[in-house]
Amino acid sequence: MKSLKILLAGTVAALALGGAAQAQRGTDGDLKILFWQAVSTLNPYLSGGTKEVYSSSMVIEPLARYDETGTLVPWLVSEIPTVANGGVASDMKSITWKIKPGVKWSDGSAFTADDVVFTWQYCTAPDGGCAQKAQYEGITKVEAVDPQTVKVSFAEPKYYPYGAFVGAQSPVIQKAQFKDCVGAKAPGCTAANFGPIGTGPFVVKEFKPNDVITFVANPNFRDAAKPAFASVTLKGGGDAASAARAVLETGEFDYGWNMQVEPEVLETMMKAGKGKLVTAFGTQVERINLNWTNPDPALGDKRSTVEGGKHPSLSDPAVRKALSMAIDRDIINEAGYGAAGKPTCNIVPAPDIYISTANDWCLKQDIAGANKLLDDAGWKKGGDGIRAKNGVKLSYLYQTSTNSVRQGTQALVKDWWQQIGVASELRNISASVFFGGDPASPDTFQKFYADVEMYTNNFDGTDPEKYLTEWLCNKIPAPANGWQGQNMPRYCNPDYDKIVAELSKTSDLKQRAELAKKANDMLTAEGAHIPLIHRGQISSTAVTLQGVRMNAWDSELWNVADWSRKK
Amino acid sequence: MFTYTIRRLMFAVPTLLVISFVIFALLDLAPNDPLGDLPLTIPPEVREQIRAAMGLDQPFLFRYLKWLQQFFVNEPLNILEQMTGWQFGDGNRMRVLSWATRSPVVDLIIQRMPQTLWVVGMAYVFGILLAIPVGVISAYRQYSIFDQVGTFVTMVGYSVPTFFTGVLLIVIFSSWLQWFPSIYDTNLVVRDWSSFIAQIRQMFLPVLVLALYNASQITRFVRASMLDNLSQDYVRTARSKGVKEKTVLLVHVLRNSLIPVVTVIALGVPTIFSGAIITEQIFRVNGLGQLLITAVQGADIPLVQTLTFIFAVLIVLFNLIADVLYGILDPRIRYD
Repeated sequence: MKSLKILLAGTVAALALGGAAQAQRGTDGDLKILFWQAVSTLNPYLSGGTKEVYSSSMVIEPLARYDETGTLVPWLVSEIPTVANGGVASDMKSITWKIKPGVKWSDGSAFTADDVVFTWQYCTAPDGGCAQKAQYEGITKVEAVDPQTVKVSFAEPKYYPYGAFVGAQSPVIQKAQFKDCVGAKAPGCTAANFGPIGTGPFVVKEFKPNDVITFVANPNFRDAAKPAFASVTLKGGGDAASAARAVLETGEFDYGWNMQVEPEVLETMMKAGKGKLVTAFGTQVERINLNWTNPDPALGDKRSTVEGGKHPSLSDPAVRKALSMAIDRDIINEAGYGAAGKPTCNIVPAPDIYISTANDWCLKQDIAGANKLLDDAGWKKGGDGIRAKNGVKLSYLYQTSTNSVRQGTQALVKDWWQQIGVASELRNISASVFFGGDPASPDTFQKFYADVEMYTNNFDGTDPEKYLTEWLCNKIPAPANGWQGQNMPRYCNPDYDKIVAELSKTSDLKQRAELAKKANDMLTAEGAHIPLIHRGQISSTAVTLQGVRMNAWDSELWNVADWSRKK
Repeated sequence: MFTYTIRRLMFAVPTLLVISFVIFALLDLAPNDPLGDLPLTIPPEVREQIRAAMGLDQPFLFRYLKWLQQFFVNEPLNILEQMTGWQFGDGNRMRVLSWATRSPVVDLIIQRMPQTLWVVGMAYVFGILLAIPVGVISAYRQYSIFDQVGTFVTMVGYSVPTFFTGVLLIVIFSSWLQWFPSIYDTNLVVRDWSSFIAQIRQMFLPVLVLALYNASQITRFVRASMLDNLSQDYVRTARSKGVKEKTVLLVHVLRNSLIPVVTVIALGVPTIFSGAIITEQIFRVNGLGQLLITAVQGADIPLVQTLTFIFAVLIVLFNLIADVLYGILDPRIRYD
C-alpha cells in the first residue's frame, strides 16, 4: 500500500514537475537489468559484494563519486573540496564537505549533515561487522558544523582525503531509518537493509533476496526531469553465458552486468543485433604471484613462511624473469578476455598518470631469450627436458581458482614454460575456498602452498597508495597474523618500503605518480609477480538503451538517472 | 498400524537430531568461507570483524546449540505468534539469520516456496500423469513399436541431463522461435487471462524439461511392475473366467501394479521441495533449489543447515508415509 502511494505520488510529481523540461520523469517504462549473481541485500555496509554495492547505488548515494574517466565529480555536494578552495585543511588533517541545498531523501525529509555523521558512526560501531570500514580508516571525528556542512578529521595528515563518503562503496544512509540498527543490531533490521531510503533516482518497491528487486522512480529526486524510466526490475541468478544471451540474443533484458564469457561466444550472440558490449578499464590486473618462500610440505608449519627459508629456485632472479619472458600475453588475451582485457606489465595499470612503460619488455614473448637466460644462470636441461641445478628441478605447482578462462590460461602458460624447460603441475581450487581465507584450510591463496598462483586484484578509487602497501615486509602472511597479510609473494625489500613510506608523505600529485611508478616498476622488475592482463569490466546493453556511460571507478549504474529508451 | 506409526515417529526424533548434527559438522568442516566472494580490496582486519559479527568466532558446539534453540524454539514460537497474534515473552528472539542476506532464513524459504511448488510440483504431476498410461501400454504391448519408441524416449529422457535439455530448449524456443521466455519472472501475479497466459508461457519450458525427466523414471517403474503382474496366475484366472480384457488390465493388473509405484512416487515427493537445482538455475526460476545452491556456493551456513535439515525432515516423513501407504494398499502387509 505504501509503495503504491509512493508510485502514485511519483506519477503525480512527474506530471506536475516534468511538464516544462524537455525530458520527463518516468516516461520510458520499465528498465530491465540482469545480474547473474543475485543481489542478497541492499545495504552495502553489511555485504561488501560488488553486486550489492552496484544495485544499492541506484538508491543510496555518496557525497562525491568518480565518473567514467576516474575524475571526482560532486554528487550531493556543491564542489569537491581541495586545498585551493579551502575545503581541505593545509595540514591535510581535515576535509570539509558542503552539501548541495535542497537535497531530499525519497521520503521527503531533508538530507542533512547529521545523516553523514550517522553513516560514519554506523559503519565504525563495534560488533557491526561493517564491510566498508576501510573507507573510514584514520578518521578521528566526523562532525556536522551546520546542517549543510560536514567536517571529517584525520589522525594523521591524509594526502588523499577522498575516501569516506566517496564512491559507491561509501554511500550515505538515513539516520532516521537506521538509528536503531547500530552495531550488533545491524543484521536484525531486515526491513531497512532490504529497502534503504535514499537520495538516488530510484526507490525500492519490493526486494526478494537473491532473486529480484523492483524499483520505482524517486518522486523527490533532485532533478525533476529524471529518471526517464518509471521503474527498474533487477533480476538475479543463473550464469554469465545465459545472461549474455538474454541481453544480446533474445533481447529480454536491457542491461546485463559482468559478461565473463569467452570472447567467441559473445561474438556469436552479438550477431542477433539486439545488444552491444560496453567495457571500462579500472585497476584490475590478472597476475601470477611467485612464491619467494619455500612451499615444501616437508617443512611442516614453516611451509611458505619466511622462517621456512627462500624458495630453492624462484629465489633466482633469472628464473623469475625467464618465466615472464616465456609468456605471450596477446594470446592469453585473445583466448580469454577479448575486448575485456589488455596485455600489461604493470601492477598499477591505471589511471593514466600512474602508467609506467619501464617494463614493457614483457609484452613481447621471447622464448629464445628466456632459454638463454636460464642457460647462463646455470640451469641445465636434463634427459626429461626439465632444467635443474644442484639437484633442484624447475618444476612448479601452479594454482588458481576454478574458472574456465583461468584454466585456459593455465594450459597456455604450461605449454610455454615447457618450451623453456620448466615443468608445471596445474591445480584449481573452488573460488570460495581459495579466496575464503579460512586459516584452517591449506588451499587458500594466502597460505600459498604452491610455487606460483594466479588471480586478479585491484584497488578502490584512483589512488594506489594503500594498494602499494600490500607488498611491505610487514604484510607477509604468516601463522602469527593468522595468514591474513596481503603480501602473497612474500616479497620483502627495504628499498621498496622506503618508497611507499615516502609516498604516504607526499601531497603533490605529480610526485605521487612518480613514486607510485617507481614502486610498480620495482615489483615487476624484481619478479614479485608476473602481470598478465589488465582486465576491464564488460557488460552488455540493449541497442535501445541510451545514456550508459560504463564506469570502472564507481558503480556501473552510477548515472542510471540519465539512462533512457531510444525512441 | 497406529502404534507402528507412533513408534516410527518417536524413533524419527533422535534420527533427525543426529542428522542435524552431522549436517552442521560437515558444513563446519567444509573449507569454503562466507567471505570468499567479497572483493579483495576489503582488508583482512575488516574481514575478521565481519566474521565476528556473524558469530563465527564462537566455538563449534556453542554455535550448534544456538542453532538448535533458534530453529526448534524461536522459529516455531515466531510462527505461532504470527498465526494467533499472541505474544510470548518480549517477542525479541534471535531468529535463524542467513549470512548473505542477513534476513531470517524461514522468511526466505516461505518466499521461495510458490515458484518451486508451481514449477517442480507441476512437472511431477505431469510426469506421473504421462508415465502411467505410457507404462501400461508399453507393458501390455511389450516389444511393439509403441514400446520400442517409448523405451527409447524414456531412456533418452532419463540419461540426458537437464542442463543439456534445458539449454537446448532455450536455444530452440527462446532464441530462434522466440515462443517462450528464457527467464522466469517471479514477480508475475496471475490476476487475469493475459497474466495467466504469461504464467503458462514462462512455466512451459522448465516444466517440460522436468516432466520429461520425471516421466521417464516413473514410466520404467510402471512398465516393470505391470510386466511382473501380467504373467501372474490371477491374471490367467481372471481371463479364463471370461472377464473383459479391459477390466483385467485396468482393474486387476493396474491396481496391483501401482502398489510399488505409489511408494516410489511418495518417496519422490521431498525432491519437489528440494527443487530442481539445475533447472531452476537455468531458467532463473529462483526457487528453493536455487536458494540452496547459492547458499552452498556462498558458504551461507545457517541457510544451508536449515534447508537441508528441512529436506531431511521431509525425507524421513515421506519414508514413513510410503511405508504406511504400502500397508494400506496391500492388505497382505501388516506391521503390527
